[in-house]
Amino acid sequence: MTVAPRPSSPAPAFLMCRPTYYTIAYEINPWMSVKRQAHTARANAQWTRLYQTLTRQLGARVSLLPPTPGLPDLVFTANAGLMAQRVFIRSNFRYPQRQHEEPVIERYARERGWRLIRLAARYDFEGEGDALWLGETLIVGFRFRSDAPVHEELAHILARRVLPVELADRRFYHLDTCFCPLDRRTVLWFPKAFDRYGRRVIERFADHLIDVTEADAMRFVCNAIVVGQSIVMQQGASDALRRRLAGRGFRVYAVDLSEFLKAGGSAKCLVLTLNRSRAMSEA
Amino acid sequence: MHAMPSEVIQLSGHIIDSLILPKVLDEIMDLNGTFEILEMTVGKRKTDPSIARLRIQAGTQRQLALILKRLSRLGALPLHLKDVHLVRAPRDGVFPANFYSTTNLSTDVRFRGKWRRVERIEMDCGIVVHPGGGRAVCTPVASVRKSDWVVCGAEGVKVTPLERARQAQVFQFMGSAVSSEKPKLQLIQRLAQEMRAVRRAGQKILVVAGPAVVHTGSGPYLERLIRGGYVHVLFAGNGLATHDIESALYGTSLGIRLDRGEPVKDGHDHHMRAINTIRSAGSIRQAVRRGILKRGIMHACITHRVPFVLCGSIRDDGPLPDVITDVVEAQSAMRQHIPDVGMALMIASTLHSIATGNMLPATVKTVCVDINPAVVTKLSDRGTFQGIGIVSDTESFLRELTRALRL
Repeated sequence: MTVAPRPSSPAPAFLMCRPTYYTIAYEINPWMSVKRQAHTARANAQWTRLYQTLTRQLGARVSLLPPTPGLPDLVFTANAGLMAQRVFIRSNFRYPQRQHEEPVIERYARERGWRLIRLAARYDFEGEGDALWLGETLIVGFRFRSDAPVHEELAHILARRVLPVELADRRFYHLDTCFCPLDRRTVLWFPKAFDRYGRRVIERFADHLIDVTEADAMRFVCNAIVVGQSIVMQQGASDALRRRLAGRGFRVYAVDLSEFLKAGGSAKCLVLTLNRSRAMSEA
Repeated sequence: MHAMPSEVIQLSGHIIDSLILPKVLDEIMDLNGTFEILEMTVGKRKTDPSIARLRIQAGTQRQLALILKRLSRLGALPLHLKDVHLVRAPRDGVFPANFYSTTNLSTDVRFRGKWRRVERIEMDCGIVVHPGGGRAVCTPVASVRKSDWVVCGAEGVKVTPLERARQAQVFQFMGSAVSSEKPKLQLIQRLAQEMRAVRRAGQKILVVAGPAVVHTGSGPYLERLIRGGYVHVLFAGNGLATHDIESALYGTSLGIRLDRGEPVKDGHDHHMRAINTIRSAGSIRQAVRRGILKRGIMHACITHRVPFVLCGSIRDDGPLPDVITDVVEAQSAMRQHIPDVGMALMIASTLHSIATGNMLPATVKTVCVDINPAVVTKLSDRGTFQGIGIVSDTESFLRELTRALRL
């Protein structure tokens, strides 16, 4: 059964980038190993499958960022920046390897006519990879890729409450690898990826928390794309988790993105949300 | 008493809901540091940022550096990463509009990337930086010269609070609370010990004395302190010197016989005759040299080479030729004697004590003795950090002090 978006809300929109030049060219997180290369053809097939799931099954509009040679991680568009309220806040990548993506992203944003905002250069911020909305509050993960102080500037730009939470497990280096808001009040998360303060903050601001096991977390089930009541996630999630999600009325679309897990990414990393309120259920 | 390494940090944003602030405080404590919240502004709406300014102290510089490094990760950054902002004084005796007004606490300024201790720190002044050598000097407004470089704003200025000493000293023991109920004899015993310690440390003891010292007949005790080497500089007004000289010449203070407490016929003009005698001699020193003045506090100062500064006021008779009648000049004469003062004893004097208190760095121990609790409180409230107030009659205080010092 396909859960179509509500007729009243326009289609959710995402930005993706074909993995034409995707490869493991360097190691900037514990998942990456240049010795364990991605299989290009398989990666392409997996990406296409995800693209089709979003566009054909979930009715999403997907824009495409042209791939660029030498920028293998450009495929992870979630890290390009944060789109909110008609402004696009461009990322300040932590690692030089990915900083080369910044001008490419910026050029694309200009071509699209987005209102581009560059953050003060002294703080790192990796876009939607580390910033996810829980209702009207933006949760920002910091330590491995983004800096805590950036939250103040974000709060100023967005005029919203922005809460930085510290990530504690190097394997879950981006917030979107261990934290996934399913709707305004429900969060899928791996609690051990946060320090105790971060856990307390999330426990306080989310009404319903769905904890995932370490095994599920390692499959990157939290790196999921949510469209209404539909969740697109890496296949192989435990039955227990699937039952819990079903019990809350969510439907899981399993896709195989194992080639991207080699770079420490999965479904959510491959998309950037362009119209938040529509992508996420208001329920 | 030495200063502990400290740094002021600022933290802002949604630091309360995100538990960043409690986390910062916990981390400071986990790393054996201490903190003091200097300022806390809490956002009114949930989208408003909150701001916290904290002073962090640690046992050693290394420990402090470690704490700062940890905290910078959480966005708590030292306020002092920048150089001071310098603006030229527009005219002689005028600071630029946004000048930094000093406290009496040990202060450093960051200039060309280096921290420099501000010399001659006192409260309510400005800081002039000499770009050549990078010296930073605390400067009263009247002394600033046109085009001097003056520190403006608080950026690049670091104020170091005093460390609370671990073992109870008399100055911690009593704090600055003022009471007539305190056990004075014990207090005076400990004060005497402290005076010996200050002297041993090669520091100076400054005495500020009002005319009541003479009126109450305690002049001889002060004289003994001077002769005993417990006074290294004396600040007073025309009154103290005049009545001391009057008593030396006539045995009276404002016409009252000090030995019997009775008025003397025509005694009311003794103080004027005393003034006239000294004026005729040219100065107190001349009067001592010529053998006119043979005893008393001022005599002891001259013979024991204890410098004194006498400052005039509007109600002065005479005044004595040694009295400096220009207050700005008098302040600067007083300032010459402030370096190396380790303790200030302020006895039965309100205005001179306050003037002196204003000039003293917070590291100087101050003792304020007055019969009127209000005076003691007033002085203690003026940011004299290591002050003890003793509500006491001058005579009994000085008598007990000379006894405790075995003079």
